Amino acid sequence: MAKFFTKEHEWVEMDGAQAIVGISEHAAHELGDITFVELPKIGKSVKQFDTLAGIESVKAASDIYAPVSGKVAQVNDKLEDAPELVNQGAESEGWICRLEGVDASELGALLDAAAYAKYLEGL
Amino acid sequence: MEDLKATPLQAHHEGLKALMAPFGGWLMPIQYEGIIAEHRWCREKAALFDICHMGEFRFRGDIQAGGLEDVFTFSVKGIPIGRSRYGFLLNPSGGVIDDLIVFRLAEDEVMIVVNAATAPNDFKVIASRLKEPAQLVDISVQTGKLDLQGPLSREVLVEHLGSELGALPFFKFTRTRVLGEDAIVSRTGYTGELGYEIFLPSGKTAELWELLLKDPRVAPAGLGARDLLRLEMGYSLYGNDIDEKISPIAAGLTAFVNLDKDFVGKDALLKERETGPENVKVAFRVDSRRSPRHFYEILHQGAQVGMVTSGAFSPMLSCGIGMGYVKPEAAALGTRLTIKHERVEMEAQVVELPFYTGGSLRA
Repeated sequence: MAKFFTKEHEWVEMDGAQAIVGISEHAAHELGDITFVELPKIGKSVKQFDTLAGIESVKAASDIYAPVSGKVAQVNDKLEDAPELVNQGAESEGWICRLEGVDASELGALLDAAAYAKYLEGL
Repeated sequence: MEDLKATPLQAHHEGLKALMAPFGGWLMPIQYEGIIAEHRWCREKAALFDICHMGEFRFRGDIQAGGLEDVFTFSVKGIPIGRSRYGFLLNPSGGVIDDLIVFRLAEDEVMIVVNAATAPNDFKVIASRLKEPAQLVDISVQTGKLDLQGPLSREVLVEHLGSELGALPFFKFTRTRVLGEDAIVSRTGYTGELGYEIFLPSGKTAELWELLLKDPRVAPAGLGARDLLRLEMGYSLYGNDIDEKISPIAAGLTAFVNLDKDFVGKDALLKERETGPENVKVAFRVDSRRSPRHFYEILHQGAQVGMVTSGAFSPMLSCGIGMGYVKPEAAALGTRLTIKHERVEMEAQVVELPFYTGGSLRA
């Protein structure tokens, strides 16, 4: 399944009925050494583009926004002790959480990989 | 657009793909490989920092008759030749105009090393307090400065610059030849590790940078790592932890103030010593990996009692650490504090400095 991106640099990928969410490689690189990930609470409901989680690097603290609406079904609890996993693989083992109850039609409001790459070129 | 000054190493930093940013009126390297990697390298090996942005002034003349003796919070005459001393230039209210180091070069000659952003004002203030202002010369432009810091810095320095440097004690310096030029090598630094500051003609800085970086024990480190290293030691950063509105008493830095001598600001300090400062500096350790940051609020028992002035994630302690100013009733060791900013909240406890005690500083 393909990844879709927000202009705020989150990504989402559907895995069956669930959506896996993380921040983009670009965002992880820009943040620098990530030192803390504030994981969302399981069961928390979010609307598309609302604040979902928080992330801190040596340089800055940032919010992570929900790329799609849904309810938090699972979090990547490895990030509690090893937030650097986001630097090592933001779009793979550094995923943040899984959302359930997702409306896949919301993906239409996001950028596909090619459009996101073009968006980054313009930044 | 801010008109930024560049050090003689700007092309070298760009060649190393450093992230560059404005700092104190200069375009400076913040990081090369990464802040935490560079921090660790300094704690374990030897890190090389470009510190050419700092200001250097030279005073020549009679220290007492020329008026220099009463300029700083410490006695300049009392510094033995070949030694340096840390202290303050204060305003009449006792606020810190700058923190600086004075190197006693000779009976009638000293070098004053000041922060980059404050250097122009420092020069004016110091000159205005001298009987003969011409005795003070700004030598910042012609002076280059590299800091080599880390437990392996001594063996690196000895190998490349001469075996006599290996015997240099803490806070002592030597006037020597580096790359064929007159230089000052000082066993000082701001990282908590064994380390050296090398002052040499600015035209030779690039050559020394290249020579030291060829050594596999040495890696470049930027201002990001430097900030983490100094904070882990609890050292103050001018502009954050100390400034013209903060006195050395409030900052807990009275060890660097000699109240037995005269200096501008002394009367204000004597008064503050009697009444007690309105706010005092505290160091605190966060219960999690969250980073407190400059301007975050400090709460005690639900009420705001102060503000964070420096904070970060400590790679050595694996938790957030910070310093800030609070009402005296919230400053006792062990006091529980809450650090708050918008929706971010973290629990913390007042602790003793330094945060990190495992450094090779006095090795």
